[in-house]
This record gives sequence, structure tokens and C-alpha cells, in this order.
Amino acid sequence: MANVTLRNVRKTYLGGFEAIKGIDFEVGDGQFCVLVGPSGCGKSTLLRMVAGLETITGGEIDIGGRVVNQIEPADRDIAMVFQNYALYPHMSVYNNMAYGLRNRGMPEGEIKTRVEEAARILELGAMLDRKPRQLSGGQRQRVAMGRAIVRQPKVFLFDEPLSNLDAKLRIAMRVEIRKLQRRLSTTSIYVTHDQLEAMTLADILVVMNSGQVEQIGNPLEIYQKPATTFVASFIGAPPMNLMPLRSELQSQLAGDIRAREAGILGIRPEDFVITNDTVSGGVALGLTVEAIERVGAETFVYGTRQQEEQGVAAIPGELPPGEIIVRVPGAVGPAIGERIRAVAARDKLHLFTADGRKRLGD
Amino acid sequence: MVEHRPLSDFIAYAILTLGVLIVAFPVWLAFVASTHDAATVVGGRMPAMPGTDALENYYRAVFVGGSRTSREPVANMLINSFVSAIGIAVGKIIISILSAYAVVYFRFPFRKTAFWIIFITLMLPVEVRIYPTYKVVADLRMLDTYAGLILPLIASATGTLLFRQFFMTVPDELLEASRIDGAGPFRFFWDTLLPLSVTTIAALFVIQFIYGWNQYLWPLLITTKDSMQTIVIGIKKMLVTTDELAEWQLAMATTVLAMLPPVAVVIFMQRLFVRGLVQTEK
Repeated sequence: MANVTLRNVRKTYLGGFEAIKGIDFEVGDGQFCVLVGPSGCGKSTLLRMVAGLETITGGEIDIGGRVVNQIEPADRDIAMVFQNYALYPHMSVYNNMAYGLRNRGMPEGEIKTRVEEAARILELGAMLDRKPRQLSGGQRQRVAMGRAIVRQPKVFLFDEPLSNLDAKLRIAMRVEIRKLQRRLSTTSIYVTHDQLEAMTLADILVVMNSGQVEQIGNPLEIYQKPATTFVASFIGAPPMNLMPLRSELQSQLAGDIRAREAGILGIRPEDFVITNDTVSGGVALGLTVEAIERVGAETFVYGTRQQEEQGVAAIPGELPPGEIIVRVPGAVGPAIGERIRAVAARDKLHLFTADGRKRLGD
Repeated sequence: MVEHRPLSDFIAYAILTLGVLIVAFPVWLAFVASTHDAATVVGGRMPAMPGTDALENYYRAVFVGGSRTSREPVANMLINSFVSAIGIAVGKIIISILSAYAVVYFRFPFRKTAFWIIFITLMLPVEVRIYPTYKVVADLRMLDTYAGLILPLIASATGTLLFRQFFMTVPDELLEASRIDGAGPFRFFWDTLLPLSVTTIAALFVIQFIYGWNQYLWPLLITTKDSMQTIVIGIKKMLVTTDELAEWQLAMATTVLAMLPPVAVVIFMQRLFVRGLVQTEK
């Protein structure tokens, strides 16, 4: 059981490329921290630095009150689950789990107890004698988890462990990982590019972009109050609608003091209501319906705004200029080509500075 | 081609049969010659069917040896060939797997250079470096010894390349998982890399055993004692006679015996050998 603390952690490669540009955060004892970001943002590199598989070129990583910068991976008291599982192909499931314990000179009797306990938790009991290639993807995933839990480490590290599984299994394993982590209450750091996984697993969510932290916090808080337009468009699917604050919109928001500094307006698809009523202090957009996606419980309406709003330069993470997604509950929605009016209430508006780096108001 | 038309089948079989006959005919001839007495073989009209002297010829060849230039029994030559072929094959495997491990998994200065130096030796077989190699072996007093037969031939760029290619297909995560599991470089090699390399090792063993067994020039140069000669040299010596008839029936019996071990190695290791070359299992 341990805290993991990162203090101004940096990684600069020999060629001068800065992969991690000074990151600070703390994961409390027993917490589940998820690092999320687009590919190439440095999240895996950061995790591998915590594991000791990448050198740290600046700052400190502290696990359980001990700075581990110079400590070998085996001595950091961590266990890691890899994306491709990295099971030893020539060893049985039992030996895959026992290997790390044997290398530490644990007596065979205790190894047996621990492996059997892990196998019971993960329902691998019948497969201990099999080789990894005789297992399905989900079972291999569980063996990889088993290899981590038999060690009873201070910290679990997960590097996109579910991305090789099919969609259904991914959801099932996601729930299992969360349950397991609650039960063992071991501090965990989990890397993913899937924002849904991030939202559902995390106690603390760290949103990363190009080697920097964009926002840290409770997942719901981040969803409700994204600090930058990057976070706003990355967290949530479909993404938040972001639009430059121009003439027509500006006049609608004339009463809002935030709007004086703001350059970008964001509205989540589910915060729109299709109606002809006016909403005081809110925003109304006239849209032409271009496409409709019905997924059963909800319907996504893709519309374009009036002509004069089109052709403006895209801001980071923005949809094609002028395109707006509206989520409507149920399977009933407007027809293609129809002109609709989408309205969002004042408290559903997210306002950002023109460069998208700062959230305004609240 | 997955077509099965009678005519194309017939042509394919005809060509294959012809090929087999061309390869097998001399072998058959050697076998037939080894079963007749000296007079029949030298007589100039070689019978097509085996004769009756097989037992006597093979007994003489294996345990007594020829009566003229080569006085050494074949049993002894077989042992010499065996020791040097095994020594060369095993030595090559050990050296090349270790050098490939170093080149692939360790970051040291001049790593690339080291690899290219190994690579360049592909262009320097024994035949090219024969004088300096002979000098070194002679200075080390290794003439007429097993060490002299084996050591100059065990450095192998081919093997290093083969293992390097294989190691590069092993996912890095396996090494990382081993590091987290507390396995150092030696344990990773012994517990993970070596078991995964079994098929590659088998393939290399087959190739190098045959290479070692068929060595001619090098053993010819450095062995002067009859008791150290390999079977390939032995055959050669049986045929070189100054003013007498060569004992062809014994030479042919020796030839047949010389063919057997490589054939056995190929047959017994065939499955591993093929798997090692096509590398399907990971």
C-alpha cells in the first residue's frame, strides 16, 4: 500500500525531443488513477517511467515514500500488465504467475498458495497447466492480471490492457479490473486512450496532451467543468460542440459577463433541447439537419449552422466548421433536411478564452 | 498451384522422378560397388545389382581398414568426423547465440560496428583465410588435435544472423516483463530466450552438423596422423594410390557409411528443422 507522487517529472530523449514536459501529481493510497490522452501524448512513456522501464531525465518519482529514480524495476515493488500481455509463451499458466516469485526466492509452498488464490479470484483454476497459446484473449488477459496480483505489489501499472480485446469482453474486463482493484485496494495507475474506460475506472483522471497535463481531477468534475477546449473535446463521446464566439452568438450572450473575455463557446450534445421556445440567457442555434444516427436509446442529430458561420478556421478539437451534434433521447428525431432550433440553457454553456487554454466563469 | 489436371500431374511426377533418379543413381552405384569383390568393381563392367561380398567389405572397412595407403579403420574415422562435426555445430550455436544476444539486447559502444565485423566474416570462409589460420593453429600446437579441427570453424556469421533475426521478433515486452519479474540478463536468456529459440537451434544444428561433417580442405591440411583423419579425408586417401589398384569396394563402403550420419540427423530433426526455418510458433 503506497502513495505514488510525481514531482516535475521530465523525459527528454537523446535527440532533444521532450516527451514529458514536467508533470506533477499524486495518487493516494489505494486510489485508481487513469492517464488518458491521444496517442503520442506521452502517457505510456510516463507509466513506463514509473515502472522503471524508461529512465527519468528530470524530477522525481516517489513510491511509498521512497524516491525510485535509480531503482531497478524489480525492486520498485510494482507489477505491470502489458497491452499484449507479454506472457512467457513456453511456460504454463502456473509458471507464468510463479516466475516472478521464484526469482525472489520465495518458498515453493507459499508460491503455490498465492498462485492458487489468484487463480481462484480470476477463475483460472482449470487452466493452470495450459500454455498461453491455448487460451482465449480474455483468459490471457486474466493470466497477465494474475501475474501482477500474486506479487502483492505496492502499485499496479496497466498499459492499455484491454485494447487487444473485442468490445464486449473489454466492457466485462473493465468491470472486473475495477472490482478487483477495490477488493485488493492496491494503488493503481492505468493508461488508456479510451475516454469511456477512463471515465468509468478512475478515482483520479489525468488528461494528458503532448507531454503535459491538461487537467487532473475527479472524472465527473472533469466532464462537467473541462479546463481547456482540448479536455472538453477529448472527454465525452460524441465530443462537445465548440464554436467561435462571433457576432450572432455574441449578441445572444450579451448579458453574460463571461462572454466579454471569451472566444470559444462549448455545448455538450446532450445539453441541447430542440424547441421553438426561447430560453433566457441561453443560446439558440438554427440548424439544418444533415445526418441522423439512431442507436436505440438515443439519437444523434448532425446539423449545420447558418451560412455566415461556416468557413471559419477550426479551433483545436473542433468539428468541421459550423457542424453541431445534438443528442436527443429516444428514437424519435427530426428528418434530414429539416430546419430545427437547438437551444441550450445558460448553465450548460462552457466558455473558453480564444486560445482554448482557459475556462472562464464558474 | 492447386490445380489437379491429369496431364500437369503427370508432367510434374515425371520431372520429379527424373530428378530423384539423377540424384539416386550414383548413390545406388556406390552401394552396389560396396557389395562386390575388388575384381568385379575394377573389371570395368559394373553390375547393376548388389553382390555377395557386402558383409566382408563392410567388416574390413569398419574394423580393419584398407590394406594400402589408408591403414586406418573406418570406425576410427567415423569417431573423428563425429567429434568434429558435433563440436563445430555445438560450438557455432553457443558462440552465435551469445553474440546475437549481446548485439540485440545490450547497448554498448560500437554495437553496430561489432555486428558489422561479425557480418563481414561471412565473406571470409576458411578457404580465404587459410594461411593465417593455419599459422595460428600451428603456433598453438593444435595440429592433429580435435581442437584444431573444430575451433577455426566455429565462428559463424550465419548463425549470429539467424539468431539476431529471431531475437528481433521476440516482443520487447517479454524482456520488460522479465525485468519486472526480477530476472537479470542471464536469467532472461536462460529462462525465456533459450526455450523460445529451440527450433532455431535445431535448424542451425542440422545445417552446421552437415557443414562440419563435409569439411574437406581444413582437415586435409591440419591432420597428418592417420589416427586423426576424418572420414571424408579417409575416402580421398583410399583412392590415391601410386602403383597399385585402389580398393574401390572399400572406398565405396566407406562412402556409404559417410552418408549415413547426416541423413540420420536430417531425418530425426526434420520436424524441428522445418519449424525453425518457417518460424510459425511464437
